[in-house]
Amino acid sequence: MSKSSLKQTLKDLDSKKISIRELNQDNLKRIKEKDNLNVFIHFSEENVLKQIDNLEKDNSAKKLKGIPIAIKDLFCTKSMPTTAASKILENFNPTYESFVTQKLLDEGSIFVGKTNLDEFAMGSATNTSFFGNTINPLSKENEPLAPGGSSGGSAAAVAADLCLGATGTDTGGSIRQPASFCGVVGIKPTYGLCSRWGIAAFASSLDQAGIFSHNVEDASILLQSIAGFDQRDSTSAKIDIPNYFENLDDDLNGKTVGIPKEYSIDGTPMEISQIWEDAIKVLEKKGVKIKNISLPHTKYALPTYYIIAPAEASSNLARYDGVKYGFRSEEIDSLDEMYENTRAQGFGREVKRRILIGTYVLSAGYYDAYYLKAQKVRKLIADDFNKAFKECDFIVTPTAPSAAFPLNEKQNDPIKMYLNDVFTVPASLAGLPGISIPFGKDKNNLPLGIQILGKHFDEQQVFNAAVSLERSYE
Amino acid sequence: MKIDKNTINKIARLSRIKLDDKESEDYIKDLNSILDWVEQLNEVNTENVEPLSNISSSILPKREDVSNDTNSSEEILENAPDKLEGFFAVPKVVE
Repeated sequence: MSKSSLKQTLKDLDSKKISIRELNQDNLKRIKEKDNLNVFIHFSEENVLKQIDNLEKDNSAKKLKGIPIAIKDLFCTKSMPTTAASKILENFNPTYESFVTQKLLDEGSIFVGKTNLDEFAMGSATNTSFFGNTINPLSKENEPLAPGGSSGGSAAAVAADLCLGATGTDTGGSIRQPASFCGVVGIKPTYGLCSRWGIAAFASSLDQAGIFSHNVEDASILLQSIAGFDQRDSTSAKIDIPNYFENLDDDLNGKTVGIPKEYSIDGTPMEISQIWEDAIKVLEKKGVKIKNISLPHTKYALPTYYIIAPAEASSNLARYDGVKYGFRSEEIDSLDEMYENTRAQGFGREVKRRILIGTYVLSAGYYDAYYLKAQKVRKLIADDFNKAFKECDFIVTPTAPSAAFPLNEKQNDPIKMYLNDVFTVPASLAGLPGISIPFGKDKNNLPLGIQILGKHFDEQQVFNAAVSLERSYE
Repeated sequence: MKIDKNTINKIARLSRIKLDDKESEDYIKDLNSILDWVEQLNEVNTENVEPLSNISSSILPKREDVSNDTNSSEEILENAPDKLEGFFAVPKVVE
């Protein structure tokens, strides 16, 4: 890829080969040229110029000083509105900054804008947004493709070279699947590595922030920047964050990779099985031991997820009631009318569907049969991984069951849409770190992704395997 | 069929979402197909399995029990669609 990397740009800024202003003005030019992709929900050139002015006056050394970063519009930001791609938050201007974005600001990065997503991160194609579809930058003219989702705007922003990195969130695959569709790197770290504070909640036991970038080295730099303990998130992990970038080591000799047989699914295109095999062969050549493993409850991961995630969503989204912030309906004859009309008019179809199903599975008489049952199966899925990781250091699978599909396909049948997450959801349920890297193309020259999963808080191993595969592919 | 007209109305009411007749019909169809699909979980033997609610393997630390003041009421009210004398305002609930 000819696109400049974050690592190289940091060097060029340091040696004064380019200035912060030149770097960002170039970037602004590209953003305006690519306006048709609908990558951003919020973009203001003036705001970017203001940030450049401020950084030019700032003499302190900062790790990401002047680096243009795109922010998924699920992170609360003081300097820009935050909508979660929903009408119900159309006019919401947070009075506080999310943990993750504050870390990026502290390190001197420049926020180029807020990227489009599926409404409240519910979707796999960035087509449930109140603000319209995002178009995959790899589309041919007149044949628009979906960028994947839910973090489709962030994946597209990196792929179209509109930033040097972007934040995303991943609940069931919302970073890894769009990364695969757009041909970029996307990492979802271990549950608890990055604080969820200030991220609009979808399913709290699964939500996790992460990074999109042009390559694995850049991802390792950026992930370190957004990780860390925060007492405002009760599930935030108090662990030391390693310097992933400094510790990168592409020598995998003597390591063991697990290949789960349950990820060979009927109907997976040949090309995807092929790149999976190719990746395994590359690893074998590098002295990695190949271990066939079994994750027997894999096929139950999707139905488990589609009980747990909507249940938690129905509870989390109860806060949007037209009282505290955001949209309020005009039809408000009584308090109940106000709630019901506000939520009917403020939420889109997919969000309502998930709130309804979540309310049902949590309602009296059904809680044990659905929600509790799903939590028990979730335990078995997590145990499968724990057992497997006794025999291997990391696991390699495809990221998604297809390359990017045409925009607006797969909309009518919810279950067919949910199948997009078949390879990403199991690791989400188990809270494991996972990365998707571009690895091979399909017959239409569209990128395909390989997913690498690691043990809890073993992001370093995930990065090492990813950088090793990436370097042998380039 | 698990979800009929009565059930969807009840769930919609619990969710505080008003549905028109067309939407109700669509959601009855969608929810039934999703519930039929998740039915496969009944194949799994979960006897003596503890439900998993927190996946984190790290020890969750306690914070010190000290008070702090992070928000002013002005900030909290800043985004309110309607407010009155330092409070959120809603339609009248008592006559």
